[in-house]
Amino acid sequence: MSEVTNLVRPAKVLVTKIGLDGHDRGSRIVAAALRDAGLEVVYTAPWQEIPTVAKLALEEDVDVIGVSSLATDHLLVPKLMKELHKAGLDYVKVIVGGIVPDNEEQDLLDAGVARVFHPGADMADIVGTVQSLAGEAQNDAARQL
Amino acid sequence: MPRNEQLALPGFDDWQAAYDKQLPDGKTVRNRSGIEVQPMYTPADWDGNQYEDKLGYPGTAPFTRGIYPTMHRGRTWSQRQLIGLGIPKQYNERLHRMLKAGTSAISMIPCNSIYRGLDADQCDPLILGTCGTIINTVDDMETCLDGIPIDEISTALNDPLPFTMLAQVLTVAERRQIPWTKISGTANQSDYISHFVANHMFYRLALPGSRRVLLDHIEFAREKVPNWNPMSVVGQHMQQAGATPAEAMAFTLSTAIQNTEDCLSRGMDLEDVLTRFTFFFDISVSFFEEVAKFRAGRRIWARIVRDRFGISSEKAQRFKFHGQTSGVDLTRQQPLNNIARVTAQAIAGIFGGLQSLHTDSFDEVLSTPTEDAARIAIATQNILREEAHLTDVIDPLGGSYYIERLTDQMEEEIVALMEKIDDLGGMYKAVESGWVQGKIGASAMAFQDRITHGDETIVGVNAYQVDSEVELPVKPLDRPAPEDIEAFIENLAKYKRNRDQDAVDRALDDLGDIANDNKRNTFEGVVNASRAGATQSETIAVLRAELGFGQPLVVA
Repeated sequence: MSEVTNLVRPAKVLVTKIGLDGHDRGSRIVAAALRDAGLEVVYTAPWQEIPTVAKLALEEDVDVIGVSSLATDHLLVPKLMKELHKAGLDYVKVIVGGIVPDNEEQDLLDAGVARVFHPGADMADIVGTVQSLAGEAQNDAARQL
Repeated sequence: MPRNEQLALPGFDDWQAAYDKQLPDGKTVRNRSGIEVQPMYTPADWDGNQYEDKLGYPGTAPFTRGIYPTMHRGRTWSQRQLIGLGIPKQYNERLHRMLKAGTSAISMIPCNSIYRGLDADQCDPLILGTCGTIINTVDDMETCLDGIPIDEISTALNDPLPFTMLAQVLTVAERRQIPWTKISGTANQSDYISHFVANHMFYRLALPGSRRVLLDHIEFAREKVPNWNPMSVVGQHMQQAGATPAEAMAFTLSTAIQNTEDCLSRGMDLEDVLTRFTFFFDISVSFFEEVAKFRAGRRIWARIVRDRFGISSEKAQRFKFHGQTSGVDLTRQQPLNNIARVTAQAIAGIFGGLQSLHTDSFDEVLSTPTEDAARIAIATQNILREEAHLTDVIDPLGGSYYIERLTDQMEEEIVALMEKIDDLGGMYKAVESGWVQGKIGASAMAFQDRITHGDETIVGVNAYQVDSEVELPVKPLDRPAPEDIEAFIENLAKYKRNRDQDAVDRALDDLGDIANDNKRNTFEGVVNASRAGATQSETIAVLRAELGFGQPLVVA
């Protein structure tokens, strides 16, 4: 990971679930931890459509998107990456948390996902990673302009 | 009840002094429900003179020691493993293999698309069949059950309301000329409330519509499918979502009260319908707490049925439950350790007196269970029953000063929460307002904090980490083959082309009429739609249009 960058403005993160699954214990806890750490959190109900997530990311001007997946919805994340690219949101960093089998993690990273968090991940690690990715995103966004 | 000094035995004070001397900084220990646990229990903590009143004998009220006189000596538990993957043909092959391996009942999980009320042609094919079997039509159900004697073994369906899967099973029975009276089993998780507050999985209709459709289903089953258990009240999701064991039991019992009151207001015969209530719980690795939770739950439910609803039939007071070992307790780190966790959880469930058991596969935290791992999960049950002789004695922990005291304390905790829900106007209101969801979320956060601060040890996660993980002996499961999914979608199109479209349209129109007439039974219409050839999605779409859908309530 690149060096931690000073944030231009408070980090803003979208915590969401795409696809068909509704289990949201993980996304709620992570969202609360990020909020408690001072980040601005946009939280959605489960079952979001991919275009909706991209639109929300654009409108809310988020730096990071956290996708929670407990039941194979992570397989759709490469499609989300394409949608973000189409929307000109390449600078937005995407992390995935939940149940991602080992043999499928690389596919996500290859698609541009910044990091995959597995069950038992340290909350401080998640918060730190999001903060640092938000810094990168803000830098990249500035460069993109 | 506080410690009874009159029952204290000589020597206790000496022991206490020795204990305090050797462990001057002894920490206060609390279980997951927040109850303080002492280092030791004696007759002063539980007065054996209460035996008749609080325990009695297995098979008689208050059922603390079990709901049947013979318990696991007579009939052990059903080994009900959840299975469901890919397309119906694959499900059927796996079901045949599992029955051969010792599973004694059918269990069926549909694909997440079915929970959403979507057919295969309405979803991204990438995720179809990855978490359950794609079952859209009665033909799919027929393939799933090919060669399976549905009139001889029981069936448990993870069947979200409006219960399209049961409608399909009943239609398959008709095709095979099996009378509905021979269909037995359980509508797993027919309780919409649990899904609504905990995981939104069975969310196919908004709350008021759900309430009606559930009652229609219960009424229909009592009249026409007498060996079907239409009401499965669920605490499993709530505990998985973060509720403490005491909260999960309280919310479940309050839900059961709500459902009973609803049945009563429909004019149903409570004595009859309550014999068909079943419960479904999570079994965490907090061993003694879980045993006490189940013993307390049995006692409270028997009292509610007798005193609150005035039903003296002991058969109606029986608290029949299915247990599933907790997936949340499993760790991705050192995954083989999960076999030990599942074993401890399963023993807690068995000592808790369950009627059927699902043991998780150790790899559930990595992926949908692989076949090898599923086999170990079943073997775990066989080993506990046959080799460890856990079923030799009924309620073997009964009479332990600790277990009895803890059962009393769990009961107090559970009853206090239930009184709060009564004050809020019942479970339906408590859920509508988000109160229950708030409690679950707060408990989930509190538990996470305990892990973060090291107050709760999770081996391999916040303690005993290892640098190199053991290579897993089984390989991750392959996803369904894209060509299989493609073929399924093509088949669905063919099915729609070949069916009698007029009959489908008539059945769906009629379902819409039924939905708008409170005197008619929606499940009747759902069965007609299945028989006429409607897909599950088409059926649900009609009910959504008439009864409402809305969005899940998200409580931050």
